[in-house]
Amino acid sequence: MQPIYLDNNATTRVDPKVVEAMLPYFSEQFGNPSSIHSFGDKVGRAIKQARRQIQTLLGAEYDSEIIFTSCGTESDSTAILSALRTQPERKEIITTVVEHTAVLTLCEYLEKDGYKVHYLKVDNKGRLDLEQYQALLSERVAIVSVMWANNETGTLFPVEQMAEMAHASGILFHTDAVQAVGKLPVDLKSSKIDMLSLSGHKLHAPKGIGVLYLRRGVRYRPLLRGGHQERGRRAGTESSASIVALGKAAELAMEHMEYENTFVAAMRDRLEEGILNAIPHCFVTGDTENRLPNTCNIAFEYIEGEAILMLLNKQGIAASSGSACTSGSLEPSHVMRAMELPYTAAHGSTRFSLSRYNTMEEVERVIGAVPAIVAQLRQLSPYWGDNGPVAEPEKAFAPTYA
Amino acid sequence: MWDYSEKVKEHFYNPRNAGATEGANATGDVGSLSCGDALRLTLKVDPESEVILDAGFQTFGCGSAIASSSALTEIIKGMTVDEALNVSNQDIADYLDGLPPEKMHCSVMGREALQAAVADYRGEEWSDDHEEGALICKCFAVDAVMIADTIRANSLRTVEEVINYTKAGGGCSSCHEGIEEILASVLEEQGEVYDPAATAAPAPQPAAGGLTTLQRIRRIETAIESIRPQLQMDKGDVELVDVSDDTVYVNMTGACSGCQMAAMTLNGIQQRIVEELGQFIKVSPASEQQKKAAMGG
Ligand SMILES: Cc1ncc(COP(=O)(O)O)c(C=O)c1O
Repeated sequence: MQPIYLDNNATTRVDPKVVEAMLPYFSEQFGNPSSIHSFGDKVGRAIKQARRQIQTLLGAEYDSEIIFTSCGTESDSTAILSALRTQPERKEIITTVVEHTAVLTLCEYLEKDGYKVHYLKVDNKGRLDLEQYQALLSERVAIVSVMWANNETGTLFPVEQMAEMAHASGILFHTDAVQAVGKLPVDLKSSKIDMLSLSGHKLHAPKGIGVLYLRRGVRYRPLLRGGHQERGRRAGTESSASIVALGKAAELAMEHMEYENTFVAAMRDRLEEGILNAIPHCFVTGDTENRLPNTCNIAFEYIEGEAILMLLNKQGIAASSGSACTSGSLEPSHVMRAMELPYTAAHGSTRFSLSRYNTMEEVERVIGAVPAIVAQLRQLSPYWGDNGPVAEPEKAFAPTYA
Repeated sequence: MWDYSEKVKEHFYNPRNAGATEGANATGDVGSLSCGDALRLTLKVDPESEVILDAGFQTFGCGSAIASSSALTEIIKGMTVDEALNVSNQDIADYLDGLPPEKMHCSVMGREALQAAVADYRGEEWSDDHEEGALICKCFAVDAVMIADTIRANSLRTVEEVINYTKAGGGCSSCHEGIEEILASVLEEQGEVYDPAATAAPAPQPAAGGLTTLQRIRRIETAIESIRPQLQMDKGDVELVDVSDDTVYVNMTGACSGCQMAAMTLNGIQQRIVEELGQFIKVSPASEQQKKAAMGG
């Protein structure tokens, strides 16, 4: 039985054409692009081409606005820390409660250093309140950092509008677009976004390569100082094979953009509809009107996500979950909690994230497999009776030490 | 995915005694919804002999919570109520060939469900003193609440003291930042400031009395001796070469040297020695020590 990979928001398979493009840069083209001789020269030119390919994908005005980093996390840290260093008199940050830990953990750390961080709340569909946002914009704020697309639910935030609002108040705007780039058309030159993070392994390039887009003219301080690589903005010998790979992946993402937003979206919709029709007491989380084309997150009530994943895995189906157990923490996902899902649903939230490598046959197989898995676990659940949830589940079973 | 034993997986895929027990006369509901693990244990106890005739579970939780529940019911069926109360969470974990440190609380939950059910059977009030914090030390499964309580109770001031009192941080040391944060916040409660440069008070005497270097080495030798017959059966052997403050150096010989199982065997030896000493110590091949010496430490 062929395994079915529906965890593309966690990471993606490297496209075979990307592998092919990068391989020579391990062997024949191993030179250091900073060297004067021909070994380095060709590598330098390949990096230049990759920079242009990414410029095109992002719709950036200049290729020099692309800075290669080691991952999405590094890009996020670089952007936020740079804004704080260039504006030492500004001690506030605006972000959201549902950011990736790459931003949240850094912000919590900065709070210990005396920075004030405003975390924008979301409603039960995962949407922001732009009035609350507007009210926080002040000359004390150094940077706004808001994700473009949420990794758990796929919910999109109106970052272009939010960047305009930040600019009108003279505030820098950064977006963690790690989940959006490659799945949605992006045109940075027509936006007011100052900085943007992306990560290669979410768009069929390898792990360990990322980009920070830095609008020309935005004041900047590097995270890593050293050699003159990336025009002194990110020192360290270029990861040339991975950079070439990311360039190729960007080109392929452009080619597949329409497919992603039609066929991949259609597979996602079929999966969602098939599951919702077959299973009672489950619902889609997040903002279904404004969502990545590849993501669906379904909360199966009265059962727990890790158990669901293990049974899915037994049938060769890979997905992920927002339960506490899958993250090794004591609380279900902060995204599910922020939308105020009850615990009995938050722990059962399951994310299916597709890619252009999936097929309708796979989707049908998953639709066929999930109902029995959910039924099997509900059979074990203290909230489940013979034929549905017990009456007033949270009263009927109220264990000690909540 | 977690590193679950085959036994855990087997009990998860094919749970025993799932569902409510028919004719039950005892119920224990424990767990925490916020953590995503909760369990109802129902028992049918013979009032004459106090033997547990039947046991069943209903669990909302992850794979190891379901497996622990299943294991618990298998262990206690046929026991008297008093015998069952002697079942520890470690017994449940052992029955399943071990649980990952992050998942030990699943076995604790099983034991508490049992206590709650027995209290229910006897018409007693059961109250737990359970408070679980975020897992800080993954080597020894110590959580934040336990560390904070120990710091308060013993007026601890340094990471080293926390290691001495709780074992937390005594292994791989990756959690020292977390321990420092707990120290800082507890000391702040008491109006003090955490000073990373403070020197630790002398280590407390372990319950069994402190070990002299000689005693330590004796115990290490005992542990190694107890493992050798097994290795010799596989045509291998191990000998003790040296003991430093934090490392035991051994030579693997015969079929063990260079065999693919060597790393696994070393882990097994380490576990035996750690158990024997009651404190963490690393086991390395003697060649590592030579390498270290060659590099000037
Ligand atoms: C929204 C978001 N931001 C940041 C990251 C981190 O990216 P990387 O793994 O490249 O550091 C991820 C990946 O999980 C993500 O989904």
